[in-house]
Amino acid sequence: MRTLLILLRKEFILFWKNKFIPKVAFIFPCVVILIIPLVTTMDVRHVGVAIVSHDNSRLTQNIITDLGATSFFTVSRSGSYADAMEMVKDGDVDVIVEIPKDFQRSVESGNPIMPHISANGVNGTKGSLGSGYVAGSVMNTVARFRGIKPEEKASVRYLYNPTLEYRNNMIPALMIMLLIMICGFLPALNLVGEKESGTIEQMNVTPVNTTVFVLSKVIPYWIIGLLDLTAAMLIAAAVYGLVPVGALAAIYVAAALFIILISGIGIVIANRSETMSQSMFLMFFIVLVFVLMSGLLTPISSMPHWAQAITYALPPRYFIEIMRSVYLKGTDMSALGMQYILLAFFAVLTNTVAALTYRKQQ
Amino acid sequence: MERNDVITADNLTKRFGDFTAVDAISFSVRRGEIFGFLGANGAGKSTAMRMLCGLSVPTSGHASVAGCDVARESEKVKRHIGYMSQRFSLYNDMTVRQNIALFAGIYGLSSSQIKERCRELAETLAFEKEFDMPVAVLPLGQQQKLSFAVATIHSPEVVFLDEPTGGVDPLTRRQFWEMIYKAADEGTTVFVTTHYMDEAEYCHRVSIMVDGKIEALGTPGELKAMFNAAGMDEVFRFLARRATRQ
Repeated sequence: MRTLLILLRKEFILFWKNKFIPKVAFIFPCVVILIIPLVTTMDVRHVGVAIVSHDNSRLTQNIITDLGATSFFTVSRSGSYADAMEMVKDGDVDVIVEIPKDFQRSVESGNPIMPHISANGVNGTKGSLGSGYVAGSVMNTVARFRGIKPEEKASVRYLYNPTLEYRNNMIPALMIMLLIMICGFLPALNLVGEKESGTIEQMNVTPVNTTVFVLSKVIPYWIIGLLDLTAAMLIAAAVYGLVPVGALAAIYVAAALFIILISGIGIVIANRSETMSQSMFLMFFIVLVFVLMSGLLTPISSMPHWAQAITYALPPRYFIEIMRSVYLKGTDMSALGMQYILLAFFAVLTNTVAALTYRKQQ
Repeated sequence: MERNDVITADNLTKRFGDFTAVDAISFSVRRGEIFGFLGANGAGKSTAMRMLCGLSVPTSGHASVAGCDVARESEKVKRHIGYMSQRFSLYNDMTVRQNIALFAGIYGLSSSQIKERCRELAETLAFEKEFDMPVAVLPLGQQQKLSFAVATIHSPEVVFLDEPTGGVDPLTRRQFWEMIYKAADEGTTVFVTTHYMDEAEYCHRVSIMVDGKIEALGTPGELKAMFNAAGMDEVFRFLARRATRQ
C-alpha cells in the first residue's frame, strides 16, 4: 500500500512535469464536447432541387410552390433531364424531380404515376436526406390535391430535421470516445514511454509488485477520466441543455467499469509493444473498430447480421447502450443489469490479461 | 557451494533463437568481493548480468544470488541486490531528491531514513545545491554517481554495475571507484563490468568473457602471470583476439 502511494506520487510529479499530457487531458474534453457536436450536425439545408416537368399542370405548379415554400430547398426549373444532370455535375443541384407526362391526369384517375426523384449520392447525407425531404413534400402536395388529409406530419419537422436528436445521440458517444482516449491511450503511452527511456528496467530490478506498479499507471488516468467525464457532462448541460434523464449513479458506475476495462486494454497493448509507434498503431486500430462497430456512430441494428454478432464481443457496445438509455431515456439501472454485468466481465477479463502479460523478467 | 559465496553460476546459458549469448558459464563470487566482469562488446556480459538480476530468464543452467535462485525466486533476489544499468535510467523529469526518495521508498526505507540518506548523499556526492534540480540537467559524471547511490540506497548484499564509468572523465571515474570501495568496505559485494583496464586492476578478481564463455578467471596478478603479460590490457587483448563472432 505504501509502495502504491510512493509510485502514485511519482506518477503525479511526472504528469505535471510533462509539457503535453496535462493539456491533452484537460483541454481535449472541452474541445470535443464544445465543438464536435456543432460541426457534425446532420442537418441538411439549401438542397438544390431541379424540376424537370413533362406535365404542365396545376398539380406540378403546386409541387413547385410547396417545395419553394421551405428554406430547405432552392428550387430551379430545368428543360430536360440532361440539363438537370449538368447542374448536378456543377454542384448546383443535389436532387432532380422528374414529373412524368400526364401526371395530374394519372392522379385524378386514381392510378398515379409518381414523379421520379434522383439524388446525387456523392454527398451521401445530403443526397439521401434531401431526397427524403423532397419525396415527403411531393407526397403531401399530391395527397392534398386528391383531397386526402395528408398523413399527419406534425412530426415532419422532427423527422425532417433530425439535428436535435442527432446531437443528443452524439454527445454520450463523444463522452465514451473521450474516456477511450484518456483512459486507454494515455496509460499505454506512459508505460511504453518508460520502456523507451529505460526507466522501466530500474523499476523491474526492484522488488516492486507488478500489480502495484500497473495500478500506479492506471489510477491517475481513472481519476482524470472521471474528472473529464464530469466536465463533459457539465458542458453538455450548460451549452446544449442536455441533462441526463436517469440517475447520475447509473452513469458513474458504468463509466467506472468502462474506465477500468479500457485501461486494461491499454496495458495489454503496452506490454506487447516495444515502441510508442507500435502501441499507437495497435491502439488506433482497436479504437477504430470500437468507434465504427460498437454503435457509437451508426446503429448496430442496421449492420449486417455477422457484424451484429461481432458487436457482442465489443465492450463499448454495452457502455453505449447504458449511456444512451440512462442519458436520454432515463432507464433505471436495474433494467440494464445485463449490460453492467458484461461490462464488469470484460473489465475483469482485460485486467487479468494485463496482469498475465506484464513481465518483469524476459 | 561455499557458504561465503554470494553469487554462484552453474552452466548458466541464454539463447536468443539460434544465437547463444551466454554459453554455460560457471563461476562464484565471494561476499565482500569486488568482481570485475570483463569482455569485449557483445561478449555476453550484460545478458549474463541481467540473468543474475532476475531481469532475464536463463535458457538453461542455474544461478543463485544471495541464496535465492534467479529463475524461480527472481523477486526474492531483487530484495537483496542493486542494479545500475548501462543506460542512465532514473526519472529525468524528477529532481535528485525525488528520485532518491522514490527508490528508497520502494525498498521500504522509512521517511526518516530517507531524509537521513539524502543528507548523507548530499555530502558524499558533493552536489547538494543540485538536489532540487531535475536529474536531466546534471552532467554525465554526476548522473552516474547518483545512479550508483540509488542502486545502493538500501545497502544491498550485491550491487551489479553495468559499465558504470562509460564516457566519464578520469577525475570522476576516480571518485566513482572511491564510492565502490566504500560500499565494499560496508559489506556490499560489487559485480562490475568495465572496458577500462586500469579499473580491472582495482578489482579483487576478474573474469574475461569471450564469445559467451568465460575464458579466464583470477586475480589481476594471477592472470598477468598466466598470460605472461605486463598489464591487464595485454591479457584482455590476447583473449579478445580469439573472438570469432562480431
